[in-house]
Amino acid sequence: MGHGRSALPAALVALSGLALCAPSTSGAPPAPAAYTATVPGSTVTFEMAPVPAAAGAAGFWLGRREVTWAEYDVFRADPQAKAQRADDPPPGADAITRPTPPYADETFGFGKPGMPALSITHHAAVEYTRWLARRTGLPYRLPTEKEWERACRAGGDESAAKDGRAWVKDNASERPHPVGTRPADALGLFDLVGNVAEWVDSGSAALYPQLAKGGSWMDSAGSASCDSRRVSDPSWNERDPQDPQSIWWQTDATFVGFRVARSFETK
Amino acid sequence: MSDDTGTRRDFIRKSAVAGGTLLAAGLRAPAVHAAGSDTIGIGLVGCGGRGRGAAADAVKSSPGVRVVAIGDAFPDRVAEARERLKELGEAGSVPDERAYVGLDAYQRVIATPGVNYVILATPPGFRPTHLEAAVAAGKNVFTEKPVAVDGPGIRSVLATYEAARAKGLFIGAGTQRRHERGYVEALRRVHDGGIGEIVAARAYWNQGSLWNKPRQPSWSDVEWQMRNWLYFTWLSGDHIVEQHVHNLDVANWALGGHPLRAMGMGGRQSRISPEYGHGFDHFAIDYEYAGGVHVMSMCRQIPDCANRVAETVVGTKGTCELESGAKRYELVGGAAYKFTDSFTNPYVQEHADLIAAIRAGEPYNELRQVAESTLTAIMGRISAYTGKAVTWEEALGSSEALMPTNLAFGPLPVPPVARPGQVT
Repeated sequence: MGHGRSALPAALVALSGLALCAPSTSGAPPAPAAYTATVPGSTVTFEMAPVPAAAGAAGFWLGRREVTWAEYDVFRADPQAKAQRADDPPPGADAITRPTPPYADETFGFGKPGMPALSITHHAAVEYTRWLARRTGLPYRLPTEKEWERACRAGGDESAAKDGRAWVKDNASERPHPVGTRPADALGLFDLVGNVAEWVDSGSAALYPQLAKGGSWMDSAGSASCDSRRVSDPSWNERDPQDPQSIWWQTDATFVGFRVARSFETK
Repeated sequence: MSDDTGTRRDFIRKSAVAGGTLLAAGLRAPAVHAAGSDTIGIGLVGCGGRGRGAAADAVKSSPGVRVVAIGDAFPDRVAEARERLKELGEAGSVPDERAYVGLDAYQRVIATPGVNYVILATPPGFRPTHLEAAVAAGKNVFTEKPVAVDGPGIRSVLATYEAARAKGLFIGAGTQRRHERGYVEALRRVHDGGIGEIVAARAYWNQGSLWNKPRQPSWSDVEWQMRNWLYFTWLSGDHIVEQHVHNLDVANWALGGHPLRAMGMGGRQSRISPEYGHGFDHFAIDYEYAGGVHVMSMCRQIPDCANRVAETVVGTKGTCELESGAKRYELVGGAAYKFTDSFTNPYVQEHADLIAAIRAGEPYNELRQVAESTLTAIMGRISAYTGKAVTWEEALGSSEALMPTNLAFGPLPVPPVARPGQVT
C-alpha cells in the first residue's frame, strides 16, 4: 500500500500525476514540481520531490523517502524479469533481472510495513532503478554522490541528526524505522540523514566497493551528516555461506538502503 | 545428549566454556598430520554452493589448509567447483585426477592420499553413508547439517559417533550457531542461571520460498530430485529437518537435552505444484522436554508472510532472545545482558575451532549433538506427516528408511504428499 501523504513545504506543490509543474511566478520556465507515482503493476505509490538546479548543477527529482519493502517487493515479484543467480551467465545489457529468493528473513526481524528495503546490495538497488525505468518509461536511477550531498545541504540536513530530525544511534533504539517518521527537510525529503544509509551511483558496476551516504540508525549523531559516506566491502555479506555469494542480498548490512532519482531534463 | 563429563549441568557449563563444543573427556588424538606435516587436506564431498563455501571458509579459517580432492554426483558441479575454488589460489587448485564424478565419488574423495579433513556437503539423505565411510577410513570430518533424514539414518550416525570416539577422530558440524560468539555468551549466562529456571522456549524459521531448478529433458527422475533436493524428503528430510534444525539445535543446547515427545502439524498451501515434490511448506510442533518444559517450534517457507528466524528461551526470572540475522543475543530481565563484543563469522569460526582442536589434539566431536538435533526435527516431521504424537524412542527406532535402496540414476516416483491422520 502507499504511504500516507505528508504535507510538503509551502514552497512546493504536491500533486498527483507525473511531472506536473508548479505555477511560475517569475516568467521563467516553470520549475518541475513534486509528484506521486505508482509502482507499475501495483497500487504502491511513491513520491518524488524536486531538487532545483543550482550553479553548475542540473536539477533532478529525488525520492521523498527511502524505497520501502512494499515498493521493492513489486520488483521482486515481476515474473517478466529474470531471477539472476550469481553463477548464471551474464544477462544481456538490456535484460532486466530481479533478485533470487532470499535465504532466511530478509527483514532481519525488523518487519516490512513502512520499512525501508535494507541490506540489499548496490547491484540490487541499481537493478531496481533499471526495472522501474523500464516499466515506467522514465529514467529513474540512483543519485550520484554529488547530487545526494547537494540535496542534503539544500534541504538543510547538515544538522538533522544533531537536531533530532534523523533516526540515529542516539534515538533509534537499535533498529531502523519506518520511512518518513522523522520530520521532512526543507525540500520535503525524509531520512536523508540517518535511518538507512543510501546507495549512490559511483560510476562503477562492481559489487564492492560502493558508496552509501548519510549515516544510519547505527551511527551516532556526530557521525551522521551530509558528508557521511561508508565504503562497502565483502564483510557486508560475510555470513552468506554460499559460494558464490549472493549478488542481491547481504547478511550484515542492515544499515543500508536506497532512494531513487530522476533527472529533470530527460524524457 | 552425551553426558560424558558428569552431570547434565556440568556438561552444559563445560561445553559452553569450550565454545559450545562437545567434550569427550579422556580421549586423546591420534596422529592426524598429513605426510609428516600439519597440513589440513580437504576432501570436499558435494560441490554445490554450500560445499564450495565450506571449503573456502575452512581455507580462510586457519593457515596450512588446502583442498586436495573434490567429488560430486554431477560433472557440471565438479567443473564449477574447480573453477570457483581457483579463487583460493594454490590452496584451491584441484587437478583432474583428484576431481571425481558420480554417486560413488565420495568413496574416491575419502580414499585420496593427503585428505585428512572430509567436508560432507551433499543433500542430507546421503550423510549417514558418507559419515560412516569417512570415519571407517580414519578421516576427520566437518559435516554439514542435518546429518540424516530418518530414524535408521540417525541410528547409523550415532554408531558412527561411537566409532569416531573410539578412533579419536575429530568431527565438527555445520550448526554454526554453536560457534557464534553471541550465542555462546548468552547461553553461557542462561546456563549459569541468568534467567532462572528454564520453563519454555520458542524456535522459529519462517521465511519465503527458496529456489527451484526447472527440469531439463535429459534429467532422470533421480537427477531432477537431487538437483531440487529441498523438496524430496529422502534427500532433505523436508525443511523442518534441512533448515529449522538450526533453531531446534539451539533449543536443545539451551535446555541441555532433547525432547521426549512431539505433537505437530503442517501441510502445503503455497508450494502445491509438482516441481515442489512432496514436501510441506509449513510446520508447527509442540515439543515436550524433561520436567514438562515445552518448546514451541514453527517453520514456514511461504512468500509474503511474516518472517522470523530466531529463538527465545523463557526462564522464571527473564528471557533470552537470540536472533542470528540481526545479531541479537540478549538476556531481558534476570541477569540482563546484551552481547556487544566483536563478532566473528561463525561459518569460518566453526572450521577454526575444529582445526585448532585437531592440531592441539584436544578431543572434539559434535556428531552426537547434531544427530540429536536432527532427530528432534525428524520427530517433528513424523508427527506432522502422520498427525500423531511421536516419542523420542519411536522416532529413533523408526524402521522408515527413506533412501531408495541401490540408488542409481533412473526412474523414481514422487511419494504422495503426506496426509495427517491417513498415514499409518
